[in-house]
Amino acid sequence: MDESPADADAASQVASPLAINVHEATEEDPATLEVVFDLRDVDVYYGQSLAVAGVSIEIYKNHITAMIGPSGCGKSTIVRSLNRMNDSISGFRLTGQCNYHGNDLYASGVDPVEVRRRIGMVFQRPNPFPKSIYDNIAWAPRILGMRENLDERVEKALRGAALWDEVKDRLKTSALGLSGGQQQRLCIARSIAIEPDVLLLDEPCSALDPISTALIEDLMQELKRDYTLVIVTHNMQQAARVAERTAFFSLDVSEGRRTGVLVEYDDTARLFTRPADKRTEDYVTGRFG
Amino acid sequence: MATFDYSGPLTPSGNLRRRRVVDRVMRGGATAAAFIAVAILLIFIYSIVQRGASAISLSFLTHNPLETFSLSANVPLGGVGNAIIGSALIVAVGAVMAVPIGVLIALFLTEFATPRLAGPVRLALDLLYGLPSIVIALFLYGLLVVGHGQAGFYASLALSMIMVPLIARTTGESLQLVPKELRDASHALGISRWRTTVGLTIPSAFGGIVTGTVLAVARAAGETAPVLLLSSLADPTTTSASVFGQPLNNLPLDIYNFSVAGGASNFAKAWGAALVLVTFVLVANFAARALHARSRRMMSR
Repeated sequence: MDESPADADAASQVASPLAINVHEATEEDPATLEVVFDLRDVDVYYGQSLAVAGVSIEIYKNHITAMIGPSGCGKSTIVRSLNRMNDSISGFRLTGQCNYHGNDLYASGVDPVEVRRRIGMVFQRPNPFPKSIYDNIAWAPRILGMRENLDERVEKALRGAALWDEVKDRLKTSALGLSGGQQQRLCIARSIAIEPDVLLLDEPCSALDPISTALIEDLMQELKRDYTLVIVTHNMQQAARVAERTAFFSLDVSEGRRTGVLVEYDDTARLFTRPADKRTEDYVTGRFG
Repeated sequence: MATFDYSGPLTPSGNLRRRRVVDRVMRGGATAAAFIAVAILLIFIYSIVQRGASAISLSFLTHNPLETFSLSANVPLGGVGNAIIGSALIVAVGAVMAVPIGVLIALFLTEFATPRLAGPVRLALDLLYGLPSIVIALFLYGLLVVGHGQAGFYASLALSMIMVPLIARTTGESLQLVPKELRDASHALGISRWRTTVGLTIPSAFGGIVTGTVLAVARAAGETAPVLLLSSLADPTTTSASVFGQPLNNLPLDIYNFSVAGGASNFAKAWGAALVLVTFVLVANFAARALHARSRRMMSR
């Protein structure tokens, strides 16, 4: 990549005023990584209006991939398309290739229930079931036929979500009595209890305080050893801290239409220090958004 | 135009005096209307208790009327034993039929129907709810009683037609209170829609479903037109334990028969039967309220 003086300037601006602690550069060759999601020219429509246009992106196994960008830029829409959570929205339509391990997620014959069994999701607001802590974890494995060693499975999931020590003495009490941060970790534990392949995290920390946020970020580093993680976040620093690769989405306003576009997708360190696109640079330096 | 005098005393000026009078009158009117409603209920309960309490005794509650009601004699005609059993059976059988149908309708409306389909179904439910009970009774009378004779079961059918829209409505409301996020969470775990509904949505809304059922049962227990047309020609002196094949004596019917039989003692028994019925309705309503409050607490904690 050609480094002009202007680029170097921008890079130094990034480092100092925001004091972003950028995830260290991985410098892995993408060609050697296993691709989990391969999106090619994906357009998403809600009714007649084009919500997100022309997204092409490869998401790699055991990576944390962050999606950042201003509100309405389509980052959540894209992530929710990855496990077909948008199906229930009337008027939702997706065109282009959306492959998961080589299988088109939107091919006919694909059962969204089966897709979500492999691709779990953690939502913005903690949403534990109004059941006991134990049953929050054990409910889905029971239904999916994973009844053997259920107690161990529950413990493993809670340990995996760094929650075991806090709740092991009150597994039979209501999950709604937990704090927000604990509830969110419970939701993560619930997701990993069925041993998915991918975990999608849609702004998982936006309803949490900084300490709970830090806990979940640490947890993500643990989780990526076993799972592929995709996180949508409003918080650039968070993306910089946790993700190997970051996708920056922006809002393209032309002729009164607002369409989300993928501006840049790169190694996180490079995206934050040497962005290739002016819009990315403006966003990560805090000039807008 | 004269400028407003900002330095004048801070007592009402201009039309504020008039506006305050209007305010006070409206507030007083609204308060009075609310108190009148409460007062009417209290007076109603008081008069029923006052007149009916003297008739209530263990023998009144457990004995049948001693002979066929007659207008002629002022004889003590026993109690409401078989009427309590008959009413309980008719309403219970009706509820057993109405609850699954009502809950399924509510599930269809909130979980599965497209908005275009839900609208007409909802309208149909409202219309069914608005049907006068005597018309429902007449419909079933023409359909079933003519040629076959009365049966307690036919009254159960009529009551279930009255209960279904009520149960569907309250169940639907409590299903809608179950947050969408919970369903999303369940779907994101690879759990199908129906399993989500059975394992998560219905348990979360269970309090509301029970509340709706209890209210519907309370309402149906006092319905008179259906039992008058469909289960009134019972022998009031005998107790039968089945709703099928024969009409059953029941509380609304006893109230009617005791009050038209004539004589002070019969009239007191009519009040006594009314007190039994009203007590059941009130207790059911309070129970429903308590259940409702409990289920709300469970959801929000």
